[in-house]
Amino acid sequence: MTVLEKLTILTDAAKYDAACTSSGSSRTAAPGSLGNATSCGICHSFAADGRCITLLKVLLSNSCVYDCQYCVNRVSRETRRATFTPEELAELTIGFYRRNYIEGLFLSSGVLRSPDYTCEQMIRTLELLRGPYRFGGYIHAKAIPGADPRLIERLGLLADRMSVNIELPTQEGLRRLAPDKSKTSILRPMGYISGRIEENRRDLAVYRHAPRFAPAGQSTQMIIGATPDSDRHIISLAEGLYRKYGLKRVFYSAYMPVTENALLPPPGTKPPLLREHRLYQADWLLRFYGFRADELLDEAHPQLNPLVDPKCGWALRHLDLFPLEVNRAAYEELLRVPGIGVKSARRIVTARRAGPLSFEALRKLGVVLRRAQYFLTCSGRMTPGLRVTPESAMRALAEPQGLALLHEEPEQLSLFRPAPAPARGKEGDHAGPLSLLA
Amino acid sequence: MQARFPCSPEAYRYDGSFDGFLCCVFESFRRRETPAAILPQEGPMSLYRERQIDTDAGHAARVWRALPLRVSPAAAELARNVFLTCLPEKELPLLRVLQEGFSRGGSVMNFLADSDLSLLLRAVRAMQNEAHLLTGFARFSQYGPVLLAVVTPKNHVLPLLARHFCSRMPGETFVIFDKTHREALLHRPGRLEFCPMEELTPPPPDRTEAEYRALWKRFYDTIAIEGRLNPRCRMSHMPRRYWENMTEFTETPETPETLPGGAARGALPGGGA
Repeated sequence: MTVLEKLTILTDAAKYDAACTSSGSSRTAAPGSLGNATSCGICHSFAADGRCITLLKVLLSNSCVYDCQYCVNRVSRETRRATFTPEELAELTIGFYRRNYIEGLFLSSGVLRSPDYTCEQMIRTLELLRGPYRFGGYIHAKAIPGADPRLIERLGLLADRMSVNIELPTQEGLRRLAPDKSKTSILRPMGYISGRIEENRRDLAVYRHAPRFAPAGQSTQMIIGATPDSDRHIISLAEGLYRKYGLKRVFYSAYMPVTENALLPPPGTKPPLLREHRLYQADWLLRFYGFRADELLDEAHPQLNPLVDPKCGWALRHLDLFPLEVNRAAYEELLRVPGIGVKSARRIVTARRAGPLSFEALRKLGVVLRRAQYFLTCSGRMTPGLRVTPESAMRALAEPQGLALLHEEPEQLSLFRPAPAPARGKEGDHAGPLSLLA
Repeated sequence: MQARFPCSPEAYRYDGSFDGFLCCVFESFRRRETPAAILPQEGPMSLYRERQIDTDAGHAARVWRALPLRVSPAAAELARNVFLTCLPEKELPLLRVLQEGFSRGGSVMNFLADSDLSLLLRAVRAMQNEAHLLTGFARFSQYGPVLLAVVTPKNHVLPLLARHFCSRMPGETFVIFDKTHREALLHRPGRLEFCPMEELTPPPPDRTEAEYRALWKRFYDTIAIEGRLNPRCRMSHMPRRYWENMTEFTETPETPETLPGGAARGALPGGGA
């Protein structure tokens, strides 16, 4: 089999992995070596689906001994199988890297023979890159659940980032769809990696030249929409992972019905892209805006509103906290205003040292007034002529894309019906989202 | 920003370089006036009476030394960066900001909502953004021992690209040709040069190069998930104007499929296995 054919098969098998970031590491190439890393990450291209391409994202092998129902590489599926040799993959990575096609390598694999054997093959690839090729670019390695901790340790010393995919948000979902995996078999390597990262941080404080273990941290991924878990459950789980395991990122991947199975949504079901988008927005609120999961969603509101972004949703439920005086509000308060992001909040704090700010000034600072005007006063005054009631604000803040997608995906509407039964929503049933405000 | 000195009925004409602009700043302070316009040599005609400002290295150095001390390092960096942008008529707003800075000090950089400063900062952000995108979107091709990339940026981003690629590939010999500004960056291990270059036509790719291009194109086409196709999202992240220089969107005259022997072979060990 030619390398071109192998690349095709193994890329096709790896494409459902959402993580493709090269952030978190920073170094310049040492003399005689090739490759640096920038902490903000660099996107090298964008695929036709609009997702960024940063790393050469391939599997080492798509042969697998497991039989996870949601996975395209499960052993019971008939598909062409291929395996890269470590030499082929290392040379391909260097060839791509020198031409500036990629920022590094994302290496994952099906379980070939055994977790330990797979892990050894991955280690050989990375050792070739870091050793003979003196490659200093970014490497993201997937920890293979069930592999020996000593192999995970070796992998972590070669890679920038490690990840273990949590796959499904609940143990129940795992039991049904991934019978070979369990919560503990996923969380054990995750816990081991986060422990090692923590330990390494202490080592580095004492010995500057201590070998670095996964300097760009650890990430994970969850599949959205394959099981009936609520957004509240997913976001709380993500918050727990950030807190307890110190993860850098949790990725959400809308389930693509790739296989026919009674336990899964039928093929032809549209992937819940809007829901995935809202989960990412909520995730950002957790990481950069100082929100807690239980503020965004609670018992009464277990799902994110598809019509408005989660911050708008929160603000509309807490109109008693607004409007905020832009010239006095604390940075943390500004961050909670819809239409103000991290950058514009910082700019507001800087610019108001020079004098009081008006709405016109806010526009120049990059504040999205279309959203923010409902929640702000400038020197005690709101935008003239603006009336704010929860309903009028909701109508004005609802995103056209959200409405459009909503019409395409009647599934989404059902999430907002009071009845717990997953019923199909009716066309034009917009009372649901609005009633969230009550 | 209010002009600090009274307006003069004259326009300054300078050579268009950064040093030339610093001399305009010098002249404005020496004559205690704010010119009606500051125009580069090749710039448009004006109806104002013109005063020719000759570039004097001594004057420029005096202003450049004073900037970080009497205003702030951030202001000096702003001035430097504004001159890398493609913003038209950037000189007068920048002069007004610097005048204010020399009287007020570093706090001039807090006036983010001022129309002059926000105009300049926005242009600088756009320039830095373009440079950042090009660190990813620039594509090199290997011709013998040399890697060559052609870029067509709006702003003058070559100095910023140089910093990134020298740190990324210190051991390689590479050339980045900026087609818009007709300038090239030549890097040999341990040496970096910028030189004006009128035209540069890349030779046809050799076999290994063509194979890598085909591999990359195949990777690019395979990685997208059909069920999520979203051309608008791709376009907003990667505007069309970058596509012309990117391997994944250009036609290779000779792909390995058309080579005798069929598929990619020989580029990699075990490639024919």
